[in-house]
Amino acid sequence: MELVTPSIGLVFWTFVAFLLLLLLLRKFAWNPIMGAIHDREQSIDEALNKAELAKQEMARLTSQNQDLMQQARAERDEILKEAKTLKDSILNEAKKQAQVEGAKLIEKAKIEIENQKKAALAEVKDQVSSLSLEIAERVLRTQLDDKAKQETLVANLLKDVELN
Amino acid sequence: MDCNRVFVSKVKRLTIVFTLLIAFLSIKIDTFAQVDSAVVPVDSAVAESAHAVSGEHGAEAKHGEEKFEPTKVIMEHIADSHVWHLWGHTSFPLPIILYTPNGLEVFSSGHFHHGEEDYQGSKYKYRYTTDASKQGMGQNFFNKNIKVVGADGQIDEVATAQLIDFSITKNVAALFLGVVLLLIIFISVAGAYKKRVGKAPKGFQSFLEPIMVFVRDDIAKPNIGHKYGKFLPFLLSVFFFILINNLLGLIPIFPGGSNVTGNIAVTFVLAFFTMIIVNINGNKYYWKHILLPDVPKWMYIIMIPVELIGVISKPFALMVRLFANITAGHIIVLSLVSLIFIFKSFGIAPVSVAFVLFMDVLELLVAFLQAFIFTLLTALFIGMAVEEHH
Repeated sequence: MELVTPSIGLVFWTFVAFLLLLLLLRKFAWNPIMGAIHDREQSIDEALNKAELAKQEMARLTSQNQDLMQQARAERDEILKEAKTLKDSILNEAKKQAQVEGAKLIEKAKIEIENQKKAALAEVKDQVSSLSLEIAERVLRTQLDDKAKQETLVANLLKDVELN
Repeated sequence: MDCNRVFVSKVKRLTIVFTLLIAFLSIKIDTFAQVDSAVVPVDSAVAESAHAVSGEHGAEAKHGEEKFEPTKVIMEHIADSHVWHLWGHTSFPLPIILYTPNGLEVFSSGHFHHGEEDYQGSKYKYRYTTDASKQGMGQNFFNKNIKVVGADGQIDEVATAQLIDFSITKNVAALFLGVVLLLIIFISVAGAYKKRVGKAPKGFQSFLEPIMVFVRDDIAKPNIGHKYGKFLPFLLSVFFFILINNLLGLIPIFPGGSNVTGNIAVTFVLAFFTMIIVNINGNKYYWKHILLPDVPKWMYIIMIPVELIGVISKPFALMVRLFANITAGHIIVLSLVSLIFIFKSFGIAPVSVAFVLFMDVLELLVAFLQAFIFTLLTALFIGMAVEEHH
């Protein structure tokens, strides 16, 4: 029976002590502690969100970088290709021009050679004719010293003419 | 809601238990009343012999060969006391504070010399007795042990009935110790929070933080909802108050060992706080559910009393659950220790110690569990009272 009979002293002191405990802890412990935990949780949440955002930003930047790189690479390839075709075309043109120029030069040279040849031939002819005239003159002079020989010569010449 | 159905069945069960308990108590009171009436006519003889017996008892105690009575020993440990027993015959007296119609009376319980002597206070002469059969009036709410002795050396029933005992008993002292410990612990932890704003918890702070967060996230939030902040200080205070007193009760030596949370007065006050908080915060839906339930009008005659009993029986269940669990734990541990003295053999000691160890570990679990259950049910009752119906 004693166990289930509360005594007023203990009821009274428990009431006083618990009420004081509740009020003091609420003011000096629970409110500051729970406030601090709440604030910290919020700041952790915020930090995590920020980290997530930073990660996304990072991924975005990385992909952007990759895009840029790819673009740059493509552009470089394009430029190289262009340069190559340009080079080829220039080369071809140059070749063609060179050929044309060469052909022209060759033509000119040919004409020149022809002219030179003609001139040389003409000169040779002149020289040959004057030389032959001189030779002939000398031969004639020597030949014509002797009367008999002159006559044979004329006879030979006449023979030739007759044959013609 | 499924949870609600379970709860309703639980309330029904508690109502049955409550009725049975009331019936049980009324029977017990009857038998005591009979004993009292039998004792009163031979009061003078009893008072004479009481003195003689207590004298003999004291003499026996001095010889050290008294008969071992486990029930008496266990009940002495479980019950409250005006002295704090340390070991053997060593104990230190606690202050007695008595309210008498002529004013307060404060003196040390040491003057009674364990009930062997009467003490002449400034208002009356007092006698201390713990034995129900020698008390005449029996034990009541206001005063259990202290009697006024008249000029003729007999108990003055009229003056005794007017005494109100506000003494700092063993349980009150242990309770104060628990409260002081809680204040020191949590105010220093709050200081740590102020010092380390936004940083990770450290030391004792990191031990307590998960428990506080558990009370908030797993007890308050799911049961009360978004209005939990207002009730969190009460829930935390109740949780840690019960926990620390449960744990102090498990320590067998001096500042611990008191059966604070296993005393019905303490659990009564805690349950009373819960009842007050639930009912002053109850909204219109809560009161409508009690006073105008959704049943045919002719059912009101049954339903309203049942609902009103429910208002009382919920905290009543809280009170009895905590009291019974903790007291039962203490009784089991003490019974197991008593086995050694009952068998008067060292042989039984290892068995006893093994069982006591097992029970202590179990009680450690129970200490947390009962603090949790009390807080959880308090949160549940508050949640039911503040719930908005749409």
